[in-house]
Amino acid sequence: MMRHIATLGRATLDIVSSIGRAGLFLFQSIFCLPSREGFHLWIRQMHFVGVMSGAIVLVSGLFIGMVLALQGFTILVSFGADEALGQMVALSLVRELAPVVAALLFAGRAGSALTAEIGLMKATEQLTSMEMIGVDPLRRIVAPRLWAGFVSLPILTVMFGVVGIWGGYLVGVDWLGVYQGSYWSNMQDSVDFVGDVLNGMIKSLVFGLVVTWIAVFQGYDLIPTSEGISRATTRTVVYASLAVLGLDFVLTALMFGDLG
Amino acid sequence: MKRNNWLELGVGMFMLAGILGLVFLGLRVSGLGVGVPNDTFTLTANFANIGGLRPQAKVTMSGVRIGKVTDIELDPKWFDAKVTMQLDSAYDGKLSNDSTAAILTAGLLGEQYIGLTVGGAPDMLHDGDVIHDTQQALVLEELIQQFVSNMAK
Repeated sequence: MMRHIATLGRATLDIVSSIGRAGLFLFQSIFCLPSREGFHLWIRQMHFVGVMSGAIVLVSGLFIGMVLALQGFTILVSFGADEALGQMVALSLVRELAPVVAALLFAGRAGSALTAEIGLMKATEQLTSMEMIGVDPLRRIVAPRLWAGFVSLPILTVMFGVVGIWGGYLVGVDWLGVYQGSYWSNMQDSVDFVGDVLNGMIKSLVFGLVVTWIAVFQGYDLIPTSEGISRATTRTVVYASLAVLGLDFVLTALMFGDLG
Repeated sequence: MKRNNWLELGVGMFMLAGILGLVFLGLRVSGLGVGVPNDTFTLTANFANIGGLRPQAKVTMSGVRIGKVTDIELDPKWFDAKVTMQLDSAYDGKLSNDSTAAILTAGLLGEQYIGLTVGGAPDMLHDGDVIHDTQQALVLEELIQQFVSNMAK
């Protein structure tokens, strides 16, 4: 009995101390001042984290927009309100789907790769040897990746939204025959740049920080064995997805809760 | 070194695509206008009840969009809603000053908007003028209430 209670206490302490380590880790690495060298490292990470995730984000955005238009049309047409299709597609994409789905894809595509990469560096003691020769691994390895994720997820979200709205246009207007003018004008009447587009951007900035933070920290903090790497990679995807979905509810409640 | 240049080009194009996308979201999706300020003119109208009218709602004449609602506030003098709208300057001085403004609904569940109807007076509306003849939004509860009280008589 006592042993169970002790295990419970140890688990709690472990969780709390790993949260503390994660906080310190973020604090130490995010304020590394950019140097010329750091800029090149950041560019390389932008390419890996951002540009290479472009394809999956664009394709998923296109299909989600198309499905949204198809589903929305079948529901709206039964109310005789199929002209509101553009409004529905644009609002649901800009407010919710683009930030959330792009962040989930990003966690799967880039987050897991970041964890595995840093984890292998730790397992092969590259991080320790860097410290030995006086290079700060937080500055050299972690900071560029953290900033690359923070910058590239909002860009990916914008691309997702644009492609999704275009996909909705393809299905709604070109295929199902919603009048083109009402697709755009209903959208423009109802979408507010500050209230909808910028709030979506704020969401994706938060998600970008959280997802990359989790990914990089899991890689940095793992047990340096092959099993540890596989566990940490799984944890990255699971924790990041849960964090994104949970935070999305909180942010939505803060941003749109009072609209009723 | 050659490879690094390609990398930077790729990242540059990626960030440019993001900025262009944001511009698209701003202009095309949320309808932010960057038009020259003097290609519109402003009219106001007071309504007893605006129903669900919101800023950015369209202003139409014969169903054709000619402007948008820019501001809605409560008039502290009469306690009715003061709606400010911006219309294309092509119609500045073309609408007679007994034109009427009504709040209409697009379809059964659609968005509410303002429909203007021209009158026959010789004097014209100019920038800053007020439309006096207005028709408030149809509020379903009031209609039902009227209907029920008429039934009771």
